[in-house]
Formats: sequence, C-alpha cells, structure tokens
Amino acid sequence: MLRREFPLAITCVVGLFMVIGLFVPERHFTAGRTEVESWAIIIRAFAAVLGVANIGRISYLRISRREHEWVYHVPLLIGLVGMIVLGVGGSLGSAPLFGIAEGTFFNDLYMNVYVPMQGTMFALLAFFIASAAFRAFRVRSFEAGLLALAALLVMLGRVPIGAEIWDQLPLISDWIMNIPNNAAKRAILIGAALGAIATGLKVILGLERNYLGGE
Amino acid sequence: MLPESILLTLNGLFTLAILSFLFRDNPIYKFAEHLFIGVAAGYAVGLEWHNVFLPNLWRPLTGAGGAAGAGPRLILLIPFAIGLLMYSRFVSRYAWLSRWSLAFMVGAYAGLAVIGAAQGDFVPQVEATMLSVVPRAGTPLWDATNVSGPSAINNLILVLGTFASLAYFFFSREHKGALGGAARLGIWFLMVSFGASYGFTVMARYSLLIGRFDLLFIDWPAAAPGIAQLCMAFFVLAIIVATLLEVRARRRHTPTAP
Amino acid sequence: MSLSNRLVNLDRRYIFFVILIVIIIPYIRPLGLPIRVSREAEGFFSAIEKVPAGGTVLLAADYDPGSMPELQPMTLAALDLCFRRNVKVVGFCLWPAGPPLLNRALSQVAPRYGKEYGVDYVNLGFKEGQEAVMVRVGSALPEVFPADYNGTPVSTLPIMQDVENFSSVHLLISISAGYPGTKEWVQQVGQRFQNANREMLPIVSGCTAVSAPEYYAYVNAGQLDGLLGGLAGAAEIEKLAGVTGTATRGMDGQSLAHLIIIAFIVLGNLLYFLGGRRKK
Repeated sequence: MLRREFPLAITCVVGLFMVIGLFVPERHFTAGRTEVESWAIIIRAFAAVLGVANIGRISYLRISRREHEWVYHVPLLIGLVGMIVLGVGGSLGSAPLFGIAEGTFFNDLYMNVYVPMQGTMFALLAFFIASAAFRAFRVRSFEAGLLALAALLVMLGRVPIGAEIWDQLPLISDWIMNIPNNAAKRAILIGAALGAIATGLKVILGLERNYLGGE
Repeated sequence: MLPESILLTLNGLFTLAILSFLFRDNPIYKFAEHLFIGVAAGYAVGLEWHNVFLPNLWRPLTGAGGAAGAGPRLILLIPFAIGLLMYSRFVSRYAWLSRWSLAFMVGAYAGLAVIGAAQGDFVPQVEATMLSVVPRAGTPLWDATNVSGPSAINNLILVLGTFASLAYFFFSREHKGALGGAARLGIWFLMVSFGASYGFTVMARYSLLIGRFDLLFIDWPAAAPGIAQLCMAFFVLAIIVATLLEVRARRRHTPTAP
Repeated sequence: MSLSNRLVNLDRRYIFFVILIVIIIPYIRPLGLPIRVSREAEGFFSAIEKVPAGGTVLLAADYDPGSMPELQPMTLAALDLCFRRNVKVVGFCLWPAGPPLLNRALSQVAPRYGKEYGVDYVNLGFKEGQEAVMVRVGSALPEVFPADYNGTPVSTLPIMQDVENFSSVHLLISISAGYPGTKEWVQQVGQRFQNANREMLPIVSGCTAVSAPEYYAYVNAGQLDGLLGGLAGAAEIEKLAGVTGTATRGMDGQSLAHLIIIAFIVLGNLLYFLGGRRKK
C-alpha cells in the first residue's frame, strides 16, 4: 500500500490541486497552490543534484574496478569535485578562490572549460549535417521533393545571399514559414496539446503508472 | 584571477581538442569530453547550492534571510524531507521511498502540463484557425504588398492545411476516401513544414560553428597573439601527419594484384 | 568502382575539409551583404519600443553555451534597446548555465549607458523548477528570487522595490534555447497575466533556429508579439538596434554555408540518380 497506492494518491491529489486551483479563486486554495509550486522548485533542485551524485558514483566505481577506459574518469571526478568545492565553498570561503560570482575560479573554469567544450560539441554537428546532406539526403518521392524544395527555398531566403540571387527569395521564404509551415505546425501543436492533456489526466488519475517503475 | 591571454588560450585549446574528433576519436578528445562532463556536473551543484538551496530553502527555514521579525518557515521541512527521500534510492532496502518524491513531482508537473496545453496551446491555436476565407473589409483576396499577411487566399490555405494535417494524425479510421485525400494533402503540408525546419536546423548548426571560429580566428589571436597561431599551426600539422600515416597504413594493408 | 559511386562513398573527412575552407573564407575576405529585416523581428523591436521610459522588462535568459552564438547577440541587442531608452531590466535564468552568460552581456552593455547594478538592472540568477517558476513569478517574484545571483537579498535592491509580479512590468523578453523556454512561457503565462498597462502580458522571443519554425504559429495566433529566429534573427535585431555585432559578421559565413549545403544536396542526388541509371 505504501509502495504503490500511496504514491498514486500523492500524484492524484497534487495534480488535481494544481488543475482545479486555476479555476478556484478562493484565498486559502490559492495560497495552498502557490505553496505547492514553491515546494516543486525546492524538490526539483534535489532531483538535479541526484543526477550528479549518480555520475560521481558511477565514475568512482569504474575507477576502483579498473573497468574499460577507466583512466578517463579520473579527470571527470577531478572536474566534478573541484567545481563543487570551489562553488559550494563560497559559503565558507571568499572570492576569488571560492564562490560563483564573476572573477572567481568557478566562473573562470565555467567560461574557459565548460563554454568552449559545450559550444564546440554542438558545432561539430555542422560537419555531420553536411556529410548527411551529401550522402543520405535522397529525393526518392514527390513528398521528399516537396521537403527538399521547401528546405532549399527557406535556406536561401533566410540568408543575405538569397536576396542577391533573386530578390523574391526572402518573400517566398517568409510565405512558406507563415502559411504552409504555420498550418502544419498548428496542427501538430493542437494534436500535441490534446495528447498532453490526455496523458496528464491519465497520470493524475492513476491510469498511467510507468513512472513508478516495477515492484 | 588568471590573465585573459591564458584563459583564452585554455578556451582555444579545449576547442581544438573537441574539434580533433572530426579526424577520428582520440585520447585528447576523450580526456576533454570527460573533463567537460565533470566540470558541467560540478557547476550545476555549485549553482543549485547558491541559487536554490540557500535562498529558497535553508535561509527561510532557519529564519536567516527573511524580513526583520520574520521567524523560521518550518513548513519548508516538508519539501526538505520529500527532497531527501529521493536519495533513498541509493539504499536498495529503502529505495521505494523515493517513489513518494517522484509522485509529488509527477503530480505537480502533470497538472501544470494539462493547464499549459489546454489554455496555452489548444484554445488559442484553435481560435487562430477561425479565419475569414472570404474577401471582405480587412481581408483582401490577396495582398501583394504583404504576401505573408492576412488575405483570403492565405487564410484558405492556412485553414485547409491545418485541417488536412490534423486529418493525417487521425488514426481511428482507415485513410480512405475523403479522409484519405485530406490525409494526403496533410502529408504535403507536413513535408513543406519539415523542409522548412530542416533549413532552419542547418542555419542553427552553422551559426554554432561560426561562433567557435570567431573564437579561433578573432578573439584568441587578439588576446594571445603568436600563441594562438602557433597552437593552431601545430593542430593542423598534427592532422596532416596523422592523415599521411593513415594513408600509408592503408596502402600497406591493401592487397596488390598478382 | 565508377566515379559517381566513389564520390558518393567518399570519406566524410573530405567533406569536413570543404566545410572548413568555406567557413574560413569570410574571415579572409568579408562579403558584407546587406541584412533584410523580417516582420517578426520588427515586432520584437516594436514591443521594446512601446515600453515607456522608466518602465521595467523581465528578461528570461534561458540558454547555455551550446546556443550562445545565436542567442547572446540577441540578449546584447535587447539590452542595448532597453538601456538606451532608460528601461530597467530584471534578468533571470531557468537554465543553470545561463547566469554567467547573462552577467557577461550585462557587463558589456550597461557601462555604455552608465547603468548601475541594482538600480537599473539586476541578475537574479538561476532557479530550478521550470514551469513552476514561471507561474510563481506571475504572483510573487521576490518570493521565488529572494536573492540575486551573488546572494544579495532583493529587498535591498532599489530596482526590486516596485517589482512584485508580472503586473509590475511591461514586457517579457524570452531568449530561449529549448525547454524550458518560450513555449512554456507562452503556455503557462501568456493568456493568464496582465502587465503594468493592464493588458495581457506581451511576450517576445529570441530563439534558436531549431525552435523558430514552431513559434511562427504563436506569432500568427498573437501569442508572441515578435520573434527572432537564429543567427539571422540576431543579425536583424542588431540592424534595428544600429549595432554591428557578431551576428551581422556571422551572416557572411552563414550565406556560404547554406550555399554549400544546397550544392551537396543537389550533387548527392545527381550522383545517386546517375549511378542508378548506369546500373539499369
């Protein structure tokens, strides 16, 4: 009962409270709802740190068991522990060694380790998209042709060189984005909204229980 | 705090380390990737501590950060306890307790999702589809000065396209007859939309690459002249040498005709 | 193996090399092509222009370094437009990696106009909670953000004395890379709260190019007053703001990149169909 029914009851009560609270202007109801929203902020933070704790635990186990490519987990743990000490240590020590403000080591490591590496990882996709465009993008049907034509017109219309090639290209691109693209995206939004409402209600009413995992 | 030239050199070296993946997966890339994961995870903890845990939980709970005369908000012990319960999953005997925390989160965000989807997406988008397809005051048949703006022709395409695309996603009946025709038209609108999305995705990826190249060719040489060029030249040389070695190794292993 | 087959199965590193060369060209010889401004970008600009001098805007910088090249120029241009008209800016982030980037943008633009931290602008930092934060900000912003990014209580900051919730501000500027971002702001906040002028809170969005196609539906439905999509959008707002920033400079490379991708698609299909005909 505590392992299954009680969590389902929590989900139902909290979920219904959030939904019904939108329509009930009564003072105590509103106050309760805003309190639940505040709690959600705090609990989400614990969930975020849980993910980090898991990364630390898995890395430590890999290193201690000398598993495949364990040596790369050493800089991972050093980076993880180092940033936590530098950041959280701001409550005990002061800048520039500890703390998160501009000018601290924490901020410098963020700007010169995190920023370039995340930026470059996403930038790599530019090369792979070119490779895929050459090797995999095949117009094998009328529908694929429509997709390719729309892509070509939009790609040219959104950059300055398109207007240099033909001054109507930006207008055509705008029309594609505002009319046929709009129609399809609107349909997707309406369909997705209906799906989200249905799934949300199923979760709240306990008909959808996958999030609890197995027994 | 370290000087700008050293910080940007670090910045540039890590950029080159990640770019080296384009040639082949290699130890330098793997080292950089794992360091990034550690730094990113540690950064998140530091930020959660200073921006969430301290101001929203610890200080109000202990009465340290409140207005003068405001005591501790003991009700915050409840979310504190619910949050701590999440970590019970590390102890297998009590792991089931984390379901209570999860249930709270799922309930709260399911409720928010239902509200957001209904009032934020469904109603406004349906309302926006109710357009005049007949020319009248304010809605000309076609506006040559604003080809993407409201006109009877554009509105007709919008309304037809929305209904046709919705028809495609209606799977409760077989796509035959009128429904089949509408679904076919819907696929065409969807393909145009996906093509537009592909075009925008290409734009997104290349702007990220251009951003990195701005660092390599403008910011880094400006902050550390000489060092930037030397590092990049060494990088290019390393790629060339690695390519030549790979070509030589391939030739050695290619069987020659008798 | 025929030439067309060899080309189609080319080692992808040759393609990477071509991309590298094409992107480097504008650094050696800039093209300087003119930027054309879209109606959506004009809507973004007009919405900020409508905020009265001395008014306040909320700036939600919901992005991380992965989207910085597209979104940081938008943030800089939006701050430029606000500060030059003496509009106050209350900034915060729903992405953990956002606050230092917002700090950097503020420290670049604010000194140009002699703006003072805590009086003309503030960085409230990051808050976990996604949609819950969005809705709470609508009723009690100082309770969600009791301190700024550096830990200073907001009750001691002059700019925050009159900012209680959405009805204390004139506009919400959402600079968004994904979830949580513009879509969630529109869903949770768009139709529910009024601004300081007692009208529905106007929202404008600067987003990555990946998200932009979906948000056209929001612009068309009147849920967004303006939209900047990707680097092109950033270049458009830079033009409207009268600044030449990284986005404007990057459009040369963008133009060449799009041309080369189109060339690859056309060439790839030509070789494919030629190879197919030869087999028959």
